[in-house]
Parts: sequence; C-alpha cells; structure tokens
Amino acid sequence: MQDLLRRYGPGLTLIMALMVAFWLLMLVIIPNMTLFEQSFRPYLPVTEVGGPRDTYSFNNYLKVFDGSIERSFLGFTFTIPVHVLTFWLTIWYSMVVTVMCFLLAYPLAYYMAKIVNPRSLPTLILLLFIPLWVSEVLRAFAWWIILAFRGPLNWLLLNLGLIEDPIRWTNMGYTGVVIGLVYTYVLFMLFPIYNAIQSLDTNQIEAAEDLGAPWWKIHWRIVLPHSKPGIASGSVMVFMLSAGSLLVPSILGSTTSQWFTQTINQWFNDALDWNTASAYAFLLLLLCTLFVSLAMWVFRVKLSDIAK
Amino acid sequence: MHRFRQNLAHLYMVLFLVFLLAPLVVMSGAAFNDSKLPSIVPWRGFTTMWFSAMVQDQRMMLAFVNTLWVAVAVAILAVIVGTASAILINSVSGKVRTVLYGLMISTILIPGVVIGISTMILWTKMGNALDTEFFLFNPGLHLSVLGQVSYIAAMVMLLVLARLQSFDAGLEEAALDLGASHTQVMRRILLPHLYPAIGAGAAVAFFQSIENFNVTQFTRGGADTLTVYVFSQVRSGITPTINALAFLLICVTLVMALVYEINRRRRARIEAEREAEARRAEEALLL
Repeated sequence: MQDLLRRYGPGLTLIMALMVAFWLLMLVIIPNMTLFEQSFRPYLPVTEVGGPRDTYSFNNYLKVFDGSIERSFLGFTFTIPVHVLTFWLTIWYSMVVTVMCFLLAYPLAYYMAKIVNPRSLPTLILLLFIPLWVSEVLRAFAWWIILAFRGPLNWLLLNLGLIEDPIRWTNMGYTGVVIGLVYTYVLFMLFPIYNAIQSLDTNQIEAAEDLGAPWWKIHWRIVLPHSKPGIASGSVMVFMLSAGSLLVPSILGSTTSQWFTQTINQWFNDALDWNTASAYAFLLLLLCTLFVSLAMWVFRVKLSDIAK
Repeated sequence: MHRFRQNLAHLYMVLFLVFLLAPLVVMSGAAFNDSKLPSIVPWRGFTTMWFSAMVQDQRMMLAFVNTLWVAVAVAILAVIVGTASAILINSVSGKVRTVLYGLMISTILIPGVVIGISTMILWTKMGNALDTEFFLFNPGLHLSVLGQVSYIAAMVMLLVLARLQSFDAGLEEAALDLGASHTQVMRRILLPHLYPAIGAGAAVAFFQSIENFNVTQFTRGGADTLTVYVFSQVRSGITPTINALAFLLICVTLVMALVYEINRRRRARIEAEREAEARRAEEALLL
C-alpha cells in the first residue's frame, strides 16, 4: 500500500481503492449478505413488509421438505420430498457429467501435450475453441435439433440399422441434459488437464517405457499423478458450471427431469416469491462452496491453482 | 504396436472434433431447409426465406442491439475495475493479499443464479428504502451489467495480474526521479505495458457478457438480450429463424478464427526466416 502511494500519489491510489471497494462490497459482499438476510423473511404483500408479520424464520428453508413423492430405487421404495430429490439428482448428475468430461478429455489432453505434431497444435486448439465462441444457448439448441424424435440422430441410427424404432431421447429422464452438459463443458476439463500434462518431462515417460512399463502403468503412475492439479481445477469448473446451469436443463430436459436451478427460477420468476428463491439460491451456494472445499482438500490444491 | 496406438490416438482426435463440430454443422444446415421445424431431415429443399424472416423479426433485432450495449458496458466497467484490482493486489502482500485475492477469485465460482438474484434483491431493496423511482433501482439490463461485472472483473484481473509479473518497477522509479508526476507515471509507463492484457481482458469480457444467461435472466426486468430471446423462442415453439441467426454467428466466428490463423502462420514464417538468417550470420562470423 505504501508502495502504491509513493508511485501513483494519494489521488490515484484512492480512486483505485474505491473501485476495488465498489466491486467487492457493492457487487459481491453486500448483495450476498442481503440475499442471506432476505432468505429468512416471509413472502408478504408490499404493504405488510416491515409490519408485525415480517419476522425472521426458517420457513423458507423448510419448504425444501414440502410435498413428498414416492420413488423406488434398487427395489427399495421410499418417500422423499420433491425438492430434496431434485437437489440430490442435480448433484448426482453433475458428478456424472464431471466424470464423463474427464474420461472424454483426458486422452485428448494427453494427445495434445505429448503425441500430436507441435506444428499442427495451434490449428487443433483453434478448431477446439470454435464451439466455445458460439453461445451456450445455441449449442444447447443444436442438441435439441439433433435429439429430436424425427431428428438427425435417430435418422442416422435408423439408416445404419442400429435401431428398429426412433428413440425419444429428450424423454428419457436426464439423458438429454447430461449429453448437453457434457458437450457444453467438456472443454473446461480439457484445457486445464492439457496445461498440466504439458509441463511433464517427456523423458520420464520414455524412461518408464525403456524400463518396460506397460502403457496403462505409465499413465497410472506418472501422467495421472502429474496432471492432478489440472484434473482438480477442471473438475471444479465443470461441476460448478453444470450444477449452476439453467439453460441446458431447461432446453434439453424432459418431463421427468428437474434441475435445482429450474426450481429456483420457478420460485423467482413464476411464483415471484423472491425470499424462498433466496433461500434455495443460498442452499446452492452452500453446496458449491462445500464441493470446492472438498475437491481442494482431496486433491490438495489451493484456490489460486484452480482459477488459472 | 506403438504405431497402432498412435493411429488410435489420431482417430480419437478426429472423432472428438466431429463430436464438437457436427452439432454446429447440423444447426447451420437447418437454416437452409424449407421446413417449418428446424431440422435437416427430411430435406425439403434449399431456401433463404429464414434469413429474410430473421431481418423482419423486430424483437430479435432489438435484443441484438441490447446485447451489444450490455456487452460494451460490461467490457468498459470490468476493464476499469479489473485493472485497478490487479494493480492494487500486486502491491499488497501477506494476509491481506490472500484474503483479497481469495475473495476476488471466488466470484468466478459463484453460480450465476445466485449472482442474479442477489444483485436484483439488493438494488430493488435499496430503491424501496430510498423510496425513489430512479431507474437504477428498478429491474432492467443495467442491473444485468452490474451482476455480470461482479465476476467478469475477476477474469480481467487475472489477465492483467499475469502481465504485471513481467513489469519492471525500476522504470517507474526512474520516471519519478526524473520528475514525472504520478499521473504521468501511470499513463506513460504502467498502462502502456498493460495494454495487451487490457485488450485481451476487454475481448474476454465482451464475449463472456454476450454468452451470459443466468445473471441476465434474473435481473433483466422485461428487456431481452439475444441469449434470453433465443431461450424463450426455443421453449415456445420455434421457426428456423434462430438457425439463420446461429449460422450468421458461426460464420462471424469462423472468419475471426481464420484471420487469427492466417496472422499466426505469417508471424511463424517471419520468425522462422529471422532465425535462419541469424544462423547464417553466425556461420559467416565463424568462418
């Protein structure tokens, strides 16, 4: 701080400090505190806000447990509140998406870092970037076309003779959502892993080969451990983006799939109950914080490593 | 065996690219199909009617203009705030730095839904408390701008901070010793060094803003941006006008990518020539 004052004088330093304060206080901290405070208030008509009935309670959070439905899993039948189920399924399928992204991205990341001819690498990266520049809503829409009942995918599979009847892709629970999310976010897994593997000395791989290690052991013992920071940051990014996505689940979801962000959207934009929406949004934030902390603890990485 | 595995890797790369690019091809193709529903099968003949339909779609054009305004505003604000934060964080150390940096980075990880709702609640509540009808406190795209800046500024900050690492602080010392004013040091020495990062930051901010859906959806009031408009169209039965729009956007992307690639190749060639010349000169010296 002393340093800043000496270099740029009190005026400029003050302006910079004010801008940082505006960002962190007005755009981040105070909004989130307001959200937290609001989530404990009841939903009242405007005239009653601040009146005797406007007291703090956990009622908004308890709405998560309203309305149970019956589900059966592995032969067990049990009742579970709808929103708890949605919350759980959102987490579960976000994890599925994360794992699938990793399985898809890891071989290509290794290929880009160690196998491909370095001179054609920039072109390959450019090609990979093109879908990233096309807006997310359009990418989800593209899959909406592809997965349609009379769409290209069913047409292709029918003509190849792989299926007898067209498949209702968008009416199979979370299938459409998972496909869409994997397509949309796989590149957020690819580039961190690629960066991590790139810094691995190729001599290590060759030494292992010379000493007779099979290819899977080279990956298991050398490449995978080395790419751990990349995997961690990729996983955190993909999980957060998937769990927080509203577009893809809304466009590619079926009648039997519900994402937690959709529930929040319904409270906020359809029911106009901002307070319950706040409570639900806070739960989502809590979950995301927990997941990031857990991932950082498991992989032993710092926050600054993730946001590279 | 080694050869076989290498070919398998090449094959995988090709399949991956097909997986990434095929949806875009399908979407573009559907823009030219003479069918009421957006699809490429069955092919009902070539038409450009969806493009004329798109130009006549007033709401889409308005949404397009809105998107550009929001993106420009976000880029300007995020660049100013992000650059100031990078300079500030670069000059503090210890615990303060860890806390500030962690706070800034965490904004990238906050779900857009949370950012949108919290921004909306704060500003409308302030409007109620102050009892004004001033536009700033009503829902609208200006709140979307504020919400988007709250995390896009962090991306700009990271880019500028990386660039600051290669800055020689001695230059500023020298300028101060030679009698430059504080403003001159900032304008003539520090900022010119940061311009490449600031430019990249502005571009990132602009495109992130165009992409944004979550924050905008919760703060926009009644106004549309392109993403929100496309979303509402997809949900409420669509004509291939959206495909026409997608086709044009993909074309713009491709042209930009092509220009970038040609530029890169030219620079690589010049670099190679220069290296070859240096080698020749070295050899000549040795002889």
